Amino acid sequence: MESTLYLEATVAVLATALAITNYNPLHALLYLIVSLLAVAMVFFSIGAPFAGVLEVIIYAGAIMVLFVFVVMLLNLGKATVDQERRWLHPRTWIGPGLLSAALLLELARILVRESTGVGVAARPIAATQVGMALYGPYLLAVELASMLLLAGLVTAFHLGRHE
Amino acid sequence: MSPASPQFPLLLASVLFSLGLLGVLVRRNLLFVLMSIEIMINAAALAFVAAGSRWAQPDGQVMFLMVLTLAAAETSVGLAMLLQLQRRFRTLDTDAASEMRG
Repeated sequence: MESTLYLEATVAVLATALAITNYNPLHALLYLIVSLLAVAMVFFSIGAPFAGVLEVIIYAGAIMVLFVFVVMLLNLGKATVDQERRWLHPRTWIGPGLLSAALLLELARILVRESTGVGVAARPIAATQVGMALYGPYLLAVELASMLLLAGLVTAFHLGRHE
Repeated sequence: MSPASPQFPLLLASVLFSLGLLGVLVRRNLLFVLMSIEIMINAAALAFVAAGSRWAQPDGQVMFLMVLTLAAAETSVGLAMLLQLQRRFRTLDTDAASEMRG
C-alpha cells in the first residue's frame, strides 16, 4: 500500500510542475485537474475519504470547470475553430492521459488485490465524524463560511456585470 | 522515511506549495497566477488533512472544508477580476494593471 502513496505523490508533483510551466491555458488546466485528482487519492490513502470525495467533486469538478468556462469566454473569435482542431492533436492530451492512466491503474490494483481499502492510515476518519465535528464545536465556522460565500457571490456579481 | 509516516504527506504539501509559489512569482499571465494560487491553497489543505489523519481527529477535514470554501470564493472573485482586466486592457498581463498610484 505504501508504494501507491509514492505513485500518487509523484503524479501530483509532475502534473503540478507541468501545469505551471505550460504555455497554453487549457493544457495547463488539464494538468492541474490531474494534479488535484492525485491529491484526492492521497487523501483516500491517508484515511480521509470524505476530503478525497470533496476534492474530486468541488475542486476538480466545480472550481476547475469555472476556470475552463473563463478560458472559453476569453477565446471567442474566428481562430477558435482552428485552435480546437490543433488542440485535438494527440500531443495535447497524451501527457495528462498517461498521468491519469497511472492513477487509474493504481485504483484498479487496490480494488482487485487489497479489498480492505484502508490505505496506510491506522484509523480512517469517516464522514460521520467530520459531520459531527462540523455541526458541533465548529458551528460558528460554518456560519462564517456561508457569509464568506455570500460575500464572494456579491463581489463576483458586481465585478462581472457589463457596464 | 516511510510513506506511512506523517512526514510524507507534509513533505508533498511543501513541494506542491513551493511549486505554486514559483508559479505566482514567475508567470505574468493572470490566469496562471490564479491557478498557482489554487495550487498553494490545495497544498495548505493537504497539510491540514495530513495533520488530522496523523492524530486521527476529524478537525483536519473540517478545516479542509473551510479551505475549500475559501478557494471557491477566491476563484469566483479572481476570475471576475480577470474578466474585467481582459475587458478593459485587452490583455491578461498583470503588469498592465499597474497604473494605480498611491
